[in-house]
Amino acid sequence: MRSIWRTSGLALDRGLARDIALVCLADGIVGLSYGAISVGGGLQLWVPVVLSILVFAGASQFLFVGIVAAGGSPIAATIAGLLVNTRHVAFGLAISEVIGNGWRRLPGSHLMTDENVAFALGQEELARKRAAYWACGIGIFVSWNVGVVIGALAGSVITDTDVFGLDAAFPAVLLALVLPAVRDRSTRTAALVGAGAALVATPFLPAGLPVLFALVGLLFYRPAAKPSPELVG
Amino acid sequence: MSLLLVGILVLAVGTFSLRLAGPLMRSRFELPERAQQVLAAAAVVLLAALVATAALTDGSGHAGIARPAGVLVGGVLAWRRAPFVLVVVAAAATAAGLRLLGVP
Repeated sequence: MRSIWRTSGLALDRGLARDIALVCLADGIVGLSYGAISVGGGLQLWVPVVLSILVFAGASQFLFVGIVAAGGSPIAATIAGLLVNTRHVAFGLAISEVIGNGWRRLPGSHLMTDENVAFALGQEELARKRAAYWACGIGIFVSWNVGVVIGALAGSVITDTDVFGLDAAFPAVLLALVLPAVRDRSTRTAALVGAGAALVATPFLPAGLPVLFALVGLLFYRPAAKPSPELVG
Repeated sequence: MSLLLVGILVLAVGTFSLRLAGPLMRSRFELPERAQQVLAAAAVVLLAALVATAALTDGSGHAGIARPAGVLVGGVLAWRRAPFVLVVVAAAATAAGLRLLGVP
């Protein structure tokens, strides 16, 4: 852990730390609503709390408790949750270097979320990517789980975070974080085609699959032809 | 052990395996530069698709007006390189404000 903190201390400037803290705060509030909705839906307190610690993937947790609280089978809820989380395979392939080697891969993988992957992709140097990934991952893990416990204990305090517009804040967060990457024309084309494909597929496919379907956008991606080091000399 | 607990444990182990799969595969072999670029692009494409579906859809229907409007305001601010805090607060405030006015 020490080397991670040392890296963070060097590479995590005040601006980046503030941005990450804001996302953690927002996630904590959504965690409150998730805890409250779960208990309000008739589930025992341990269900949303254990899910949050062991699964730690917001969208799949909402889906899981939604299906179970509505009287659906836990098997169906598990399959739906796994489908929503399949995108993590692609994230892991893209940012394995950011997570690091050896034992770091275990906690580093569990801390993988849309937000910290997007924060890492948005940084230039590897040290900053690492600092952003770990700080955001640990921060969200703490704020999300604390939020869930408080929400589950408090019950019906906050069940509708849409009133605060948080449902609009989360896509905006991810959008702001991927914008630097889509300034590259080829990546932008792939992203736009993929997003369009996901939208078209949404009414027809179960949750989680439309986002995977977006990968057809990669057919339009051409890696930048960088001059080889030998030629640059 | 109840079926509910089994479901939670399977989801937890499955999700962790999905997350660990990428780092484990990448540590087995060295990928050429071009393949690494494609993988980075794949992550961006997935995040862009998450933005689009989270902004415009709700379940299998559409998300109304307030949420896409908030995301649009945040997106324009981000594109104009406004501070991140402003992007997030403006997106939330736009959606919340429109709902206060009765816009769905």
